[in-house]
Amino acid sequence: MRRIGETFTSAGRPLFIAFIVACDPDFESSVAAARALVEGGADIIELGVPFSDPVADGPVIQRADVRALAAGATPDSVFEIVRRMRLFSTVPVVLLTYYNIVHHRGISRFYREAGEAGVDGILIADMPVEESGPVMKVAEKTGIDQIFMVCETTSPERLEQILKNARGFIYLVSHMGVTGVLPALPHGAMAFVRYIREKTHMPLAVGFGVATPAHAAELYNAGADAAIAGSAIVSIIEKHRDDMESMKKALKNYAISMRAATNGPGGA
Amino acid sequence: MPGKKGRFGKFGGQYVPEALMATLIELEESYQKISRDREFVRELSHYLKNYAGRSTPLTYCPNMSEDLGAKIYLKREDLLHGGAHKLNNTLGQALLARYMGKKRLIAETGAGQHGVATAIAGAMLNLPVEVYMGEEDIARQRLNVFRMELMGAKVIPVRTGSRTLKDAVNEALRDWVGNIGDTHYLIGSVVGPHPFPLIVRDFQTVIGREVRKQSMNAEGRLPDRLIACVGGGSNAIGLFHPFIRDNVTMTGAEAGGHGLITGEHGATLCGGTPGVLHGAFSYLLQDENGQIAETHSISAGLDYPGVGPEHSMLRDTGRVHYIAVNDDEALSAFRYLPRREGIIPAMESAHAIAAARRLKDEFTRDDIVVINLSGRGDKDVAGVAAMQGGFQ
Ligand SMILES: Cc1ncc(COP(=O)(O)O)c(C=O)c1O
Repeated sequence: MRRIGETFTSAGRPLFIAFIVACDPDFESSVAAARALVEGGADIIELGVPFSDPVADGPVIQRADVRALAAGATPDSVFEIVRRMRLFSTVPVVLLTYYNIVHHRGISRFYREAGEAGVDGILIADMPVEESGPVMKVAEKTGIDQIFMVCETTSPERLEQILKNARGFIYLVSHMGVTGVLPALPHGAMAFVRYIREKTHMPLAVGFGVATPAHAAELYNAGADAAIAGSAIVSIIEKHRDDMESMKKALKNYAISMRAATNGPGGA
Repeated sequence: MPGKKGRFGKFGGQYVPEALMATLIELEESYQKISRDREFVRELSHYLKNYAGRSTPLTYCPNMSEDLGAKIYLKREDLLHGGAHKLNNTLGQALLARYMGKKRLIAETGAGQHGVATAIAGAMLNLPVEVYMGEEDIARQRLNVFRMELMGAKVIPVRTGSRTLKDAVNEALRDWVGNIGDTHYLIGSVVGPHPFPLIVRDFQTVIGREVRKQSMNAEGRLPDRLIACVGGGSNAIGLFHPFIRDNVTMTGAEAGGHGLITGEHGATLCGGTPGVLHGAFSYLLQDENGQIAETHSISAGLDYPGVGPEHSMLRDTGRVHYIAVNDDEALSAFRYLPRREGIIPAMESAHAIAAARRLKDEFTRDDIVVINLSGRGDKDVAGVAAMQGGFQ
């Protein structure tokens, strides 16, 4: 079994997935950020590939992309971060990218290089299943899990197609909007988790707006197998971007609190 | 299920976040239904005629014909209500939005012409309008910002990226993702994910269909050459598409900015490579890592790193020839046309005029050349005056 699936099956508890943008605010800091999150207990690291035009992202992640590109981020540096992570950890790494980055490098080359660096899964934010043919062929060959998003408006027919193609886990978008921290998860999110739960045995990870241990606990209760925190983590990095030591400490503490929620009530 | 849906050759497609797929499918289905609906077609042509002022004239230009050694005609989209071809599309899409039960229109704008045209359609059909506009464009197109506000539209400044058209599209898409239930994204050119390039083209082909008739009436035959400026490509495809199967030479004029070799331009088809931006696979301006490039043009409406997928196909098949017209040529054409014909062109359209002037050695006396005058130049007058020290 591949590393992502294995992580879900062997944990015996829901997972905490932590998202950062590669090279935000620079190469070394993001290696350190990944390390701090893993030390705090993050089960999977989702690494955003910086893009000039991230249409699925809100202001927090947009600013991180700007910082990362200013720091000279390229696909090469993203793969290099993964290689560096592999020196201290075997947690699964999922890349979150936009289509043009992959297309421009060449789909085969991008997936081969990602696989060689130690990437386990790839999610392309602006690639619906309808456009996934060329990518799926390559993903299957390289053994990388192709991850897809589903949301409340995904029709039953399209959901079926997505479930057929998706590997690793299903990424449930908690609400209709761009990435960003929400004060509270919408009620619909829990019902949505329960609805998808009935359609598939694949692990379900919920993201967009997830920021606190309480959010995560709510999702786990509804049947989610993982909670994904993105903008909340990127905000911590932004706040401490001039002081690496305090950034590492804050990230580790955050990961510890999120990880505690995976142990259920009283587990903290 | 790799879809062949919405492709022009290999270009086009739907590269969007999952959250937009349902609404794109809804849009496509609604459009399929409505475009065959007699009542809708009648209503749209009623508004185009009695409100927007169609048909627009095909004007013979004696002085320019003299200068260029051919029969030069201008298709006068500058005389359409609002001052540009944009209203053909916004009236169509606003009616479509109303039919779909949408309660709010959002749009992106560069030169402000599409924002104005959306504000017009929204005011007339009682749909509130919010327009995303880059800060840099707000500064250079103040007149149009005020026009939008007069018509009750809200102009939202975009401060991300290059603060121009590309970033305004990003913001409009982000807004749409969060408001698909009640909002229609009224995109302003033949760009974006399927079905937009098709819908916008269909609404703009009224330009070329009129030119066919008008040329037959005036000259007893079809034109030999068509020339139009290309930003996203809507006025150009509107003129070209009805002639695609005819023996007509077509030229698209892109924004050459400071010159292709400087890298500071918006000439996507002349200087770009294929990739995915704003939902479609098409030519675009990008760096060696696939990051979208910053563009430059004297004309805000052409200052965009992408182009419609159908133009990408027409470029590759060679059916249309695309050339890059630099800022200084466009500026010189902007001054030329009013002096010779008493018509002030939009800076975008000045690129088409400049292209005709550059191509003059290829013309023969009997050639019928139709240039799409996509808009009028009032919005650019203050900017050009400022270049020579202001109005005084
Ligand atoms: C007058 C005019 N012409 C042309 C354009 C470029 O758009 P398109 O290439 O879609 O016609 C614009 C865009 O703002 C415009 O205002």
